[in-house]
Amino acid sequence: MVRILIPPTLRKLCGGDDTLHLRARTVGEMIGQMHHRYNGVRDRLCDEQGRIRGSVLVYVNDEDIRFLQSQGTPLKPGDEVSIIPAFAGG
Amino acid sequence: MSNSNGFMKALKCRECGHEYPLAATHVCEFDFGPLEVAYDYERIRKTLTREAICSRPQTMWRYRELLPIAGEPTVGRQVGYTPLVRADRLARRLGIRELWIKNDAVNYPTLSFKDRVVSVALSRSVELGFTTVACASTGNLANSVAANAAAAGLNCFVFIPHDLEQGKVVNSLVYGASVIGIRGHYDEVNRLCAEIAGKYPWAFVNVNMRPYYAEGSKSMGFEIQEQMGWRIPEHTVVCMASGSLLTKIHKSYQEFSKLGLVPESKWKIHGAQATGCNPITQAQKAGLDFFKPQKPNTIAKSLAIGTPADGFYALRVMKETGGASDDVTDDEIRDGIRLLAECEGIFSETAGGVTVGVAKKLIAAGKIASDSSAVLCITGNGLKTLDAVVGHVGQPHDIKPSLREFESLLARENPELVTA
Repeated sequence: MVRILIPPTLRKLCGGDDTLHLRARTVGEMIGQMHHRYNGVRDRLCDEQGRIRGSVLVYVNDEDIRFLQSQGTPLKPGDEVSIIPAFAGG
Repeated sequence: MSNSNGFMKALKCRECGHEYPLAATHVCEFDFGPLEVAYDYERIRKTLTREAICSRPQTMWRYRELLPIAGEPTVGRQVGYTPLVRADRLARRLGIRELWIKNDAVNYPTLSFKDRVVSVALSRSVELGFTTVACASTGNLANSVAANAAAAGLNCFVFIPHDLEQGKVVNSLVYGASVIGIRGHYDEVNRLCAEIAGKYPWAFVNVNMRPYYAEGSKSMGFEIQEQMGWRIPEHTVVCMASGSLLTKIHKSYQEFSKLGLVPESKWKIHGAQATGCNPITQAQKAGLDFFKPQKPNTIAKSLAIGTPADGFYALRVMKETGGASDDVTDDEIRDGIRLLAECEGIFSETAGGVTVGVAKKLIAAGKIASDSSAVLCITGNGLKTLDAVVGHVGQPHDIKPSLREFESLLARENPELVTA
């Protein structure tokens, strides 16, 4: 299982939870699983082409997935995934 | 005030236009787009006249209607109205007809433009009932949040990269704030703060309070226009970390134009970054409307944001206004600091060295015409980044208290000044 930190922006859609545990082999698959469980998650996180929006940052074990393999970034049991809005800081 | 929200109407998503109440929230639920404050400009037009502005105290709050708080400011009431300095000596060195320095290196109370955004963010935080405030910072913001929170009696946590300049660290600690050094880049500090903000009911000025906070930067642009004699400069050069300041200076020019406070005119906004962290200038120079994130490596630590939140919007402003951008190496940054200091007597931090260095390049390349007028936005004070210039600005000449020794030194160093 991977542990996903849900940002406040998504919590209403995810039943109020701030964390979620599920099985997935890649970040892309993880988003699909989340969407399956909470309908609409994919549309919030991804654009019409299915790419993660520029307004969303995803980290796997503290590393920005854009420095890894983006949506193809592999996940293994025990990994922690953090989803945060890009529009912060500065 | 007849409206309990002051001159604000709502928070509005910049991407999809969805509106939200004026709470402590910063992104749209539907597309994660940034929320911005929407104003009632028709109401503002009735009270915000040149005469009204001129009758008010010389602080950033003289433009009160265009700053997003509901009541009167409670934090940072003395911030702003920093000098706009005519820089003739620097103009000659850079090869431009007219040059001005907007000098936020002497902003009150913590010597950077961040006092502007913090006074808005903390005044709004108090209005919303928060008692603990926080931020993710490259240094200047931490100083300002710490100082202004102390003055307002608020609990304060500031999160910074652990390897910041000592001046920036001490300037947060002295106010009694909890200073948390994160072993990582600013972007990692920022991510952690987003996670903490999702768990603790605190006002993070540049996370959940960001729609209010960012608007404070407009005051720098309002002041430039008023101090230029109620006109918009042809060229404005702004350093970019997140890119927010650049977009807000542009917005300030749009707002004064729209309200008829300045004549209609065209302006160009140019962006400046350090070569060791140049995601925005790299994209701008390549003609892209998106940037690639970077891992920063520059002495301009206050600009070291590899994933700039407003990078996309900064690129758009430069494109729309016909502005350009460039970046400078660490040595060019130090040269820029010295040039500004030696020509104008203004000691800027590294970010100012970036702005001066890039302005020099843009003028030399003809992207800022030599017969035009430009404003350089200097955002922070050199006393906070001494580490960056120590060893690069020469050494004092130590001598005995002896006239003979002094004259011998003068003969070596400045023979033309020796008198018989």
